[in-house]
Amino acid sequence: MNWEVVIGLEIHTQLSTKSKLFSGAAVGFGAEPNTQTTLVDLGMPGALPVFNKEALRMAVMFGHAINAEIGMTSVFARKNYFYPDLPKGYQTSQMDHPIVGKGYLDVMLEDGTTSRVGITRAHLEEDAGKSLHEDFQGMTGIDLNRSSTPLLEIVSEPDIRSAKEAVAYVKMIHSIVTYLGICDGNMAEGSMRCDINLSLRPKGQKEYGTRTEIKNVNSFRFIEKAIYTEIERQADILEDGGRIVQETRLYDPEKNETRSMRSKEDANDYRYFPCPDLLPVVLTQEYVDDIKATLPELPSQKAVRFQSEHALSEYDANVLSSSRAMADFFENANNVAKDAKLTANWVMGELSKLLNQEQLDIENSPVSAEAFGELLVRIKDNTINGKTAKDVLQAMWNGEGSADAIIDAKGLKQVTDTGAIEAMIQTILDANTAQVEQYRAADEDKQKKMIGFFVGQVMKASQGKANPGIVNPILIKMLKG
Amino acid sequence: MSIDKQDVQKIAHLARLALTEEDADQYQHSLSSILSLVEQMQSIDTDGVEPLSNPLEMTQRLREDLVTEENRRDAFLANAPQTEAGLFLVPKVID
Repeated sequence: MNWEVVIGLEIHTQLSTKSKLFSGAAVGFGAEPNTQTTLVDLGMPGALPVFNKEALRMAVMFGHAINAEIGMTSVFARKNYFYPDLPKGYQTSQMDHPIVGKGYLDVMLEDGTTSRVGITRAHLEEDAGKSLHEDFQGMTGIDLNRSSTPLLEIVSEPDIRSAKEAVAYVKMIHSIVTYLGICDGNMAEGSMRCDINLSLRPKGQKEYGTRTEIKNVNSFRFIEKAIYTEIERQADILEDGGRIVQETRLYDPEKNETRSMRSKEDANDYRYFPCPDLLPVVLTQEYVDDIKATLPELPSQKAVRFQSEHALSEYDANVLSSSRAMADFFENANNVAKDAKLTANWVMGELSKLLNQEQLDIENSPVSAEAFGELLVRIKDNTINGKTAKDVLQAMWNGEGSADAIIDAKGLKQVTDTGAIEAMIQTILDANTAQVEQYRAADEDKQKKMIGFFVGQVMKASQGKANPGIVNPILIKMLKG
Repeated sequence: MSIDKQDVQKIAHLARLALTEEDADQYQHSLSSILSLVEQMQSIDTDGVEPLSNPLEMTQRLREDLVTEENRRDAFLANAPQTEAGLFLVPKVID
């Protein structure tokens, strides 16, 4: 049967505040266990939460970035469940009145099309602590450093129809929160985690099928793989005439499978109610407008500017603006190279290829944007051709120095001296008299195909250093005889 | 409105309370009478009345984003029955 996949995502982003959502303890990854806790985070009786101003500002900022209604009155609610890393017995979250209401994002897909993903809401909530299940005298260890760390949970509509679209959406959220500077975007450290709600339905059917929720997937690659495996699992069950059980599942990257975590039977009964320890948060229009005025240039705006300012294609502009680091690299390199199209091609082509090979992010590129720009200048002024430039880039990547130093040291400068090129061509024509005769006998269309042979020979003889722009016209002239 | 014994046991389970049969009987009775009161209140016409999330006519005060608390781990851990390597220890949790 032909199945349609329906996906909704809940993305938890950790806000980059200095202190916690409800206490004055420090926030930070990797501190010694339980050194960043207070009576509030430990859930001690009588300890009262006080709401962090900065977390509020960041949430409103995000709301503006996704074209959302801002909750002028938002209310904290208690989500009740028992788990040892949640000492209060409830998570302070928001339910009926979230800080960010309905919004949307236009997501650019690989094939260049755009799809709109609705965002139901984004609400503020506190994180829980961490349970360490290694053997501590047969017990579980609890570290409450993460307890009360501020999270913004971004809930999408079930608008997503493929793994690729899901990844594109998460990447876009990632790029927005890092552009805004409200989240460090470090997925490996858990600053962004994704819950995937997924169901299948026969193509054309209106009603949704029963969904499962895959918890806490923390990389773009795992999101894609988890979705593929879960689609396959559900399709197998449905095609065998079985039924999907609504439940929470866990993705295991090592085995590339999802497995049942706990039945939703109890887990879903959170008995939300307004938190009596916190009053409603009421915003003024002035406050909301002031924050809007501070928004930095967002990826989508940057993409539009790249098209108008640098005459880039929509696709190139979108790729280059997708992350702040990529956009900065492009702009810095282009400031040196002063050729946007060339810079775009080389950033998205050769540089990205090298980064992918070594699984590096562009911010960790061993070749700086400026050094990269200098290489491009040498392509532009015909010192080297594109083929040689790839070798120079590889040498720069290996730390052999600047583009100019490498070109000098290896003698890679293109031969642009027409006399030298003419001599080289004459030698080749003399050595290949049969081909020359064939060429001269052929009609014009055929000649165009045959010239490649001679160009190849010249390049070979010059070790790739002959400038093709100079070689071609001379070659044609000399072949005419 | 009344609730049955099964509801009482479910609520107790969610709150991680162990109830004896006797307890359950008693709670079934008292919870039912609370719900009757709620039912009575539901007959009031509340059309056009905003739900109240807090009885205080005040709004939330905000705190500057500053780290104001120091590390007091030793004092906190001293309250716990068992600790190791700076962690609170609890009975093994198998999810």
